[in-house]
Amino acid sequence: MFTKILIANRGEIAVRVMRTAKRMGIKTVAIYSDADADALHVREADEAVRIGPPPSAESYLKIDAIVAACQTTGAEAVHPGYGFLSENPDFPTALEKAGIVFIGPPPAAMESMGDKIAAKKIAEAAGVSIVPGHTDAVPDADTAATIAKKIGYPVMIKAAAGGGGKGLRIPGDDASAREGFIRAQSEARSAFGDDRLFIEKYIEEPRHIEIQILADAHGNVFHFGERECSIQRRHQKVIEEAPSPFLDDKTRATMGAQAVALAKAAGYRSAGTVEFIVDAKRKFYFLEMNTRLQVEHPVTEMVTGYDLVELMIRIAAGEKLMLAQKDIKLTGSAIEARLYAEDPRRNFLPSIGRISRYRPPQGDGIRIDSGVFEGAEIPLYYDPMMAKLVAHGADRAEATKRLADALDAFVIRGPSHNLGFLAATIARPRFREGRLSTDFIAQEFPDGFTGAILPPDQGGQAIAVAAAVQRIVAERDARIAGAPVPERWVIVQGDSRYPATIVRRNETITITGYTARQDVMTEWQPGDLLIRAHVDGIATLFQIEPRGIGWLLSRSGAELDIKVLPPAAAAALAGMPEKPKPDLSRHLLSPMPGLLVSIAVAAGQEVKTGEALAVVEAMKMENILRAERDGTVAKVCAKAGDSLAVDQIILEFA
Amino acid sequence: MQDILRQLEEKREAARQGGGERRVAAQHAKGKLTARERLELLFDPSSFEEWDMFVEHRSSDFGMEEQKIPGDGVVTGHGLVNGRTVFAFSQDFTVFGGSLSEAHAEKICKIMDQAMKVGAPVIGLNDSGGARIQEGVASLAAYAEVFQRNVLASGVVPQVSVVMGPCAGGAVYSPAMTDFIFMVKDSSYMFVTGPDVVKTVTQETVTQEELGGAITHTTRSGVADLAFENDVEALLQLRRFMDFLPSSNRAKPPVRPTSDPVTRAEPALDTLIPANANRPYDMHELITKVVDEGDFFELSPTWAKNILVGFARLDGHPVGIVANQPMVLAGCLDIDSARKAARFVRFCDCFAIPIVTFVDVPGFLPGTQQEYGAIIKHGAKLLFAFAEATVPKVTVITRKAYGGAYDVMSSKHLRGDVNYAWPSAEIAVMGPKGAVEIIFRGDAGDPAKIEARTEEYRQKFANPFVAGSRGYIDDVIAPRDTRARLCRSLAMLRDKQLANPWKKHDNIPL
Repeated sequence: MFTKILIANRGEIAVRVMRTAKRMGIKTVAIYSDADADALHVREADEAVRIGPPPSAESYLKIDAIVAACQTTGAEAVHPGYGFLSENPDFPTALEKAGIVFIGPPPAAMESMGDKIAAKKIAEAAGVSIVPGHTDAVPDADTAATIAKKIGYPVMIKAAAGGGGKGLRIPGDDASAREGFIRAQSEARSAFGDDRLFIEKYIEEPRHIEIQILADAHGNVFHFGERECSIQRRHQKVIEEAPSPFLDDKTRATMGAQAVALAKAAGYRSAGTVEFIVDAKRKFYFLEMNTRLQVEHPVTEMVTGYDLVELMIRIAAGEKLMLAQKDIKLTGSAIEARLYAEDPRRNFLPSIGRISRYRPPQGDGIRIDSGVFEGAEIPLYYDPMMAKLVAHGADRAEATKRLADALDAFVIRGPSHNLGFLAATIARPRFREGRLSTDFIAQEFPDGFTGAILPPDQGGQAIAVAAAVQRIVAERDARIAGAPVPERWVIVQGDSRYPATIVRRNETITITGYTARQDVMTEWQPGDLLIRAHVDGIATLFQIEPRGIGWLLSRSGAELDIKVLPPAAAAALAGMPEKPKPDLSRHLLSPMPGLLVSIAVAAGQEVKTGEALAVVEAMKMENILRAERDGTVAKVCAKAGDSLAVDQIILEFA
Repeated sequence: MQDILRQLEEKREAARQGGGERRVAAQHAKGKLTARERLELLFDPSSFEEWDMFVEHRSSDFGMEEQKIPGDGVVTGHGLVNGRTVFAFSQDFTVFGGSLSEAHAEKICKIMDQAMKVGAPVIGLNDSGGARIQEGVASLAAYAEVFQRNVLASGVVPQVSVVMGPCAGGAVYSPAMTDFIFMVKDSSYMFVTGPDVVKTVTQETVTQEELGGAITHTTRSGVADLAFENDVEALLQLRRFMDFLPSSNRAKPPVRPTSDPVTRAEPALDTLIPANANRPYDMHELITKVVDEGDFFELSPTWAKNILVGFARLDGHPVGIVANQPMVLAGCLDIDSARKAARFVRFCDCFAIPIVTFVDVPGFLPGTQQEYGAIIKHGAKLLFAFAEATVPKVTVITRKAYGGAYDVMSSKHLRGDVNYAWPSAEIAVMGPKGAVEIIFRGDAGDPAKIEARTEEYRQKFANPFVAGSRGYIDDVIAPRDTRARLCRSLAMLRDKQLANPWKKHDNIPL
């Protein structure tokens, strides 16, 4: 076994690999760019080596620098994590040359599987069912349109080297096929340095189900069941689970067998994932093979009980997997939610900056793989995933409940995050029923995410909690000079007003008036951002903070503004004028911090709804900002190459 | 007896009508509460005792003898704010437009005199068309009576003004001399001369809101400390604000018990200071993480944003916070920030509120605008204020403390009681680059040499240890322990006694 390994990655996956290494008694080496000098993975490692400036191309993608780091520190093996160099065959090749073990597949297998076109051919030969499509790289936009038409719209244009939704488009007609091809090509070039694209049939109402396999160097290949990752946004996975609520044992066994056959045909070793697309009739088609550890591997670990990273390390060290396929069983259900620094209310634009509060929850069956900590910085240069929340339960319902509680109790301040969106997603009846498809988010949130509405019982609990909090604060204020604590209040929520008396007896705060009577017990203290309470004996929790003269309570993506006011103040407030919000519709604002790549319009130009106005690049993604209505550009306030702050004005309309 | 009681009740009812139904409706239509409604929100339930309800004006010119309304346009009295006595007057716009008559002013003066005797704050809710013109010079004399009392009460009892309607001409000078001014957006304005006169004299066209609205005074002039959305918000927040203030200069600041542990560590503060010295960070994070329950009552948050001031509590005891804000103008001192902080420091010193200062200051803002605007005198105000203050003073240098600005920001040399530095502190005459360019002017043409010298200077001065070796810094503390250290220091300083030499009064550079 190795005595020291280097983890050629950052963020939660680097931390997660280190955790297993430490448990195995293996020393760990982190690498970091200048943007990550204080990052969690650097803190967690036994040693850390700086490898370059912030951009990935100059740091986490620099093979020679990483090989040198191994040599300086004496690391015998390298775990690549996911992303970055994990699927670049040059990396294991270079390591091998330097006598360092790569904890992953052999370069040849990586190469053949990493090239989606080659992989498809091998899969077809191995008897794996595949999607109809064009298996050669497409040379130009016009050819793309021709091929697309032949396969039949909608089609999918994919980067040969792609992943994570980059360089991917789904055009529905010739014009968008051409535009999509050009955009995808430029994205693929900047993201992967490889702009080859291919086209295939786009399957509607599809489910994304993948099989985890592990192969050792002794010819043993096992599958570890499936993960369903159908809940995706712009082809980026959001919620993943194991097992799939859709598969039956027979389909699972067939898919597993095909995955194993493919791995064998590819001469595969280490952990890999065979992705399938599954239609409504449980017909499945091979999509691609990921030759690395997947982001969502924890759900497999939680239902099978195996530590996949440990097995990868053992395989790399030459050990034989002492397993039998029949011993690999899926116990209970596990669901993972990816926590991103992004703003779901603003079309999921990435967010960056300092995390001023970060309090992950704890609970039965909860696993949190974090890449950040309170006081950490989310840099502009990398994927903005902060952590993964995984919940395991005896069944899917229990896992869902545990995940929901964990999402609600997670306190984050600083950058925007998607906790509320994740909670709202798993709260959907369709999710609870397991009726998933990759269109889930587009269909369930057709107008984007604008917040959620709490079920009535939780809405009532929120009011009781706000009333109890007001009582606690009023008691404390009364202690300044020994004044009596007022008991008569009016609870104001939106246009609703509920007169109520709020009194305390021992540990119980009783609210009378809103409903017949509510009893609240809580240990909340002023300043706490999370309140756990029992309302009429039922446990509940909300995040809470003062907002003006009231309280902002939030849970599961819903936000409630509740004021508990003296009766006179509540009456007076009713007469206060509503003030109009300032009109920002006359401006095009930068929705995120990023680089202004180009401006497509000039002052005086008339624009039509949907017309592209400017391109802003952030997180390696080019975002086209479009006109929201017809109008005339009055003034251009920024120029290409400018670094934009969030809400910075780019254009003014007449 | 029964008759008299009934008569009394009738009279009271008449007074409560103010200017009558129609005018009250007009007041409400403007989104404004009436004078009595405002007092009801300000005070604890049923605690307000009204005085001089039956006072009427004594004017007999221009038919005024025909128009008498009990109360004469102002409601005065005292009540409790979370159990503590506070005096207040609330001008009634529905009665003669809230205009100030001799009798109206007498009512205000009466409660101010009484407040001084008992040692209780005075709150003025201003909503007045100005002088009672019918009374002529008597009204002007009456204003001056109020001004005189504002001045005498200054530093004896806290005085807070909430401008909730018009406040124009000479009338502005009463709020101007109180300690704090709050305004209500869209329904209040303050100016010395209104838009019509401005137009006549200077040809400028300007609206009331632009000239003297709440936004103007909280972003451009700094005249007002806070702007609120409406009357209800202003008054409820005012109650919260009063909880930080002692009743008078004879009383101790009120203690609000807290369950927030004094030893609460905040590990994230260890990473607050960015690795790159030129990158800003938000000083609010430090303040809210250090103070009790994250409760920071910030004043003037939208004016002179390069310095933060406001009240908070440490271990339940109120403190005044002054902090450079690196997010704005790199946290440098300029005219506005010096004025803002100086006045705040002097308030704290008047009322025995300890001052906690967080320092990250690269120096004074250069430029003709600043020099012509008398930054010398304005900067001196802050220096003067810190230097004369005898309340407990605890200072934490988080990063830069350069040049004269270092001295100004409650340094050890200005009788700072406890001066801490974070390990990231740099106490020096100026930044390494500037210093080297002056000391080694001869090497200016040799970038390699300059760089080496800069590094040498950085090594030598860009740390807290040189200042520490001279005792200018009492200790270098871990950022995460800042709350615990501040609480401990302030507990030690609770009975601090220090007096300045006897004088009639000092002569701060105004």
